[in-house]
Amino acid sequence: MKPAPFQYHDPRTVDEVVSLLGRLGEDAKILAGGQSLVPLMNFRLARPRHLVDINKVSSLDHIREEDHHLVIGALARQRMIEFSELVHRKNPLLIEACRQIGHPAIRNRGTVCGSLAHADPAAEWPALALVMDASLVVRGPKGERHVPASDFFLSYFTTCLDPRELVVEVRVPELPPGAGSCFLEVSRRHGDFALVGAAVWLTADASGICADCGIALAGVAACAVRARAAERRLKGERLTDSLFAKVAKSIPDELDPTSDLHASAEYRRKVAAEIVRRALGIARQRMGKS
Amino acid sequence: MDERRICLKVNGKQYDEMAETRMTLVDFLREKLGLTGTHIGCEHGVCGACTVLLNGTAVRSCLMFAVQAEQGEIATVESLAEGGELHPLQKAFCEHHALQCGFCTPGFLMTACAFLQENHAPSVDEIRLAISGNLCRCTGYESIIKAIAAASRVMQHQGMRAPYRTYPISTK
Repeated sequence: MKPAPFQYHDPRTVDEVVSLLGRLGEDAKILAGGQSLVPLMNFRLARPRHLVDINKVSSLDHIREEDHHLVIGALARQRMIEFSELVHRKNPLLIEACRQIGHPAIRNRGTVCGSLAHADPAAEWPALALVMDASLVVRGPKGERHVPASDFFLSYFTTCLDPRELVVEVRVPELPPGAGSCFLEVSRRHGDFALVGAAVWLTADASGICADCGIALAGVAACAVRARAAERRLKGERLTDSLFAKVAKSIPDELDPTSDLHASAEYRRKVAAEIVRRALGIARQRMGKS
Repeated sequence: MDERRICLKVNGKQYDEMAETRMTLVDFLREKLGLTGTHIGCEHGVCGACTVLLNGTAVRSCLMFAVQAEQGEIATVESLAEGGELHPLQKAFCEHHALQCGFCTPGFLMTACAFLQENHAPSVDEIRLAISGNLCRCTGYESIIKAIAAASRVMQHQGMRAPYRTYPISTK
């Protein structure tokens, strides 16, 4: 037996989940796709006394469109995003990023909301949630609240979630009409966690002037980061290669990466600047096609 | 001790066993059901050796608890050969020397099996991507890629021979 003993619960409704979490508090962990939690349990780095498996809560298994948002339920798997025609039409950036998450067998089980709640700073979804100004719908004993992605992530693997709360769904705005987007990441091997990842989108007016944009990075700080200063430098300007190069050069100023076994902080800064430059170029090419 | 009764179908056969809820699916298959074809490698989802099909899709059986497969249908490497005849993937692995020690092979076969159900005529690059989550320390992968490409051609001619049942991937 690999994991330490635990009491297993398999509730059928969100109300049952919330009442279990309310009763068990910090002794419980939620099990969705299990692609991050179960490795930690097999290593006994995580030893929850209670496991609340939400896989039988069928009401959470959705990707739907609502008021110009994609609403992604807590049991929507990465592969469902990857093959969703709705997501393809409304926000292809999510699909491009999803294809770079782990491997097919991981994506068959792993969930979007699980990745958000896990809050790995190198993961794709926190950066996507930030760049799209997504909000998380969270339910706990005190009721439901909507948390903007910008308030959700606090530090490494740490969010503002109370142990008694469940992420029920995430609401991701669709890309603005005519927007171009791109997700690029650099990792040692395909499917590994990114050393650095960049999510960008751009819109322009009829004369080619940047109307609006978003840039977020993964793997470069304790949480995913929105590069607000770089965005301000793009808005109102003509989207040229030289502007992209200039903006990309300023990107490392907004980051606080650490060195580890896989890459030095300095290397991460350089890679961040370069992939933002490339992603902006690709996003520009894709503008007007959606 | 937290135990549950687990009813599930493996390779078309119904099983009904008691197991601790903390038992992973791969340990359940090997220790409770005696199906030792599925190998245990890293036990944290990195090596792909334990890949099986759950309701037609490839999953890491070290990252699931057996209790989660309750009422599910599992296909393991033991489902591939039929009546003593090897599956086209297995034949191709033999013909192209796509294994040496064989430890990773069950995982590669089941990964390739799920992949060829989605993509009937894959390119070499697509095959590389599909098996990027499976580690092999012997072959250097080239022979595995050739074997999967060869099997895909054979399977196109013979028609798909899925392990026992396939499910479409949900696209809602």
